[in-house]
Amino acid sequence: MSTIEPKTSHAPASAAPNEMAVTVRGFSSWYGDFQALKGLELDIPARQITAFIGPSGCGKSTFLRWINRMNDTIPSARAEGTLDLHGVDLLSRSLDVVDLRRRVGMVFQKPNPFPKSIYDNVAFGPRLHRTYSRAELDQLVEQSLRAASIWNEVKDRLHSSALGLSGGQQQRLCIARAIAVGPEILLMDEPCSALDPKSTLAIEELIEGLADRYTIVIVTHNMQQAARVSDQTAFFFEGRLIEAGATEMIWNKPKNKQTEDYITGRFG
Amino acid sequence: MAAMRSTASRLLANRAFLLVCLVATNVAMIVLAVLLISIFWQGAETLSWKFITNFASRKPAEAGILAPLMGSVWVCSICGLVALPLGVGTAIYLEEFSKRTRFTRIVQTNIMNLAGVPSIVYGILGLTAFARMFGVFGTNVDDAITLGDEESLFFLRLPFGSSVLAGGLTLMLVILPVVIISTQEALRAVPSSLRSGAFALGATRWQTVWGITLPAAIPGIMTGAILAMSRAIGESAPLLVLGGLLLVFNTPENLMSDFAILPLQIYNWASRPQDEFHAIAASAIIVQLGVLFLFNGIAVFIRQKLQKPLQ
Repeated sequence: MSTIEPKTSHAPASAAPNEMAVTVRGFSSWYGDFQALKGLELDIPARQITAFIGPSGCGKSTFLRWINRMNDTIPSARAEGTLDLHGVDLLSRSLDVVDLRRRVGMVFQKPNPFPKSIYDNVAFGPRLHRTYSRAELDQLVEQSLRAASIWNEVKDRLHSSALGLSGGQQQRLCIARAIAVGPEILLMDEPCSALDPKSTLAIEELIEGLADRYTIVIVTHNMQQAARVSDQTAFFFEGRLIEAGATEMIWNKPKNKQTEDYITGRFG
Repeated sequence: MAAMRSTASRLLANRAFLLVCLVATNVAMIVLAVLLISIFWQGAETLSWKFITNFASRKPAEAGILAPLMGSVWVCSICGLVALPLGVGTAIYLEEFSKRTRFTRIVQTNIMNLAGVPSIVYGILGLTAFARMFGVFGTNVDDAITLGDEESLFFLRLPFGSSVLAGGLTLMLVILPVVIISTQEALRAVPSSLRSGAFALGATRWQTVWGITLPAAIPGIMTGAILAMSRAIGESAPLLVLGGLLLVFNTPENLMSDFAILPLQIYNWASRPQDEFHAIAASAIIVQLGVLFLFNGIAVFIRQKLQKPLQ
């Protein structure tokens, strides 16, 4: 593991260094009586890559699903505390969830392309929110597929089924689909865990490229991936946020014993 | 440690199971084949264009099935056109929109039970609700409220009496639970990851259902619809209750027309003593099978059409 070199921040110099996309204060959440998250305090910087690491069941995916309110589909889920996206209270009852999800895209663990053509997969999101002319939509689809570095592989078969693509291609298509609605943040829930190493590499390169424009939060079980890709790392354990900070810091001199144990592979 | 089971005995069990499955399949196939062959043997000779275009007659040589054929087509079309939207709508509500409350559990249990109710009971319900409309418009036929010209396609009468509309709606009651349950099964079979994917893009529940879930469930829904329509075409008991549907000498012209249906005509001819009538009963069965294939063909066509976008 000693061969892994933590990457340095690639946030563009022009971006305000302290701009925070998501602010979390005293955040707790429950599924029924089970408390999944306990008093989180965290800032997620804009246009950088933040990795959530931690053993299974530590609450990192649960937290991710609060940022775009996907937990709304689970009736017993509830949360307390402060969770702000650029000053908008994400826990407010009056929040327009549809608009939030346009601003916060999500990529899932298993690629989940719709059983439609490649073109319609990408066009599905934009069409939900407003009507486009054919030309506008064509352009948007191409831009999104290019941004997800899959355009060259699919440009000749845009109207054939997305289910015919390989797993890695499907996942990049899902990223294109998320980009197409013009989000500010991309949430990625273990986006490479169902992929082979080559596809994983392609996705990692893609993610790094996207960080110039998007705030990216990635949940991963793959320690090397967190080290390779992220600018910030947050370590979750048993529903608590144990340590968060620049990836180099977490990787080289973790302040907390639990973090160190997890990173060096002593548990988890 | 358990003793190893010998390969020979396991292969033997494998063969035996295969044999049981083959026998089961063949029993069904042979019975069906015998039935079809004997019907074609009896009925092919009397089956002619004249048989299809003639009305009923006392003389078997001149009798035809135009009235029950068109009656069945009208009734089943009405039945399908009403049952599909109602059933699919109910299933979408129960599966995609409603929360799991006591109310929806009661509705769900009731639908399950309704699927098992004998069809004659639906016949009585149809007679009360559609043909007589609970007597709110009086019990005398002459008191019926009429809308439009009796000759026109859009003629309406309240109550419906023993018309194709009353018949179609009664059959709709019979197949509605089947349509609802099979649609629910089809919706449940759509992976929830697709719904999550749509929600995460900012789709509302309706957009998710219309854009993703329903298209993915169409094959299953249409398969259920085919089974339900096959049942509707063969039903006779609920329509028997509506009354007096044998001596009809016209094809339906509008929703208020009297009608005959194929299964009752077949029963009527088959129960007569003369062999000539048995022959035309067999011919009528062939026609009925033709109608069945026609309706199923339409359903299969719709299924293919809606799946088309993907090569």
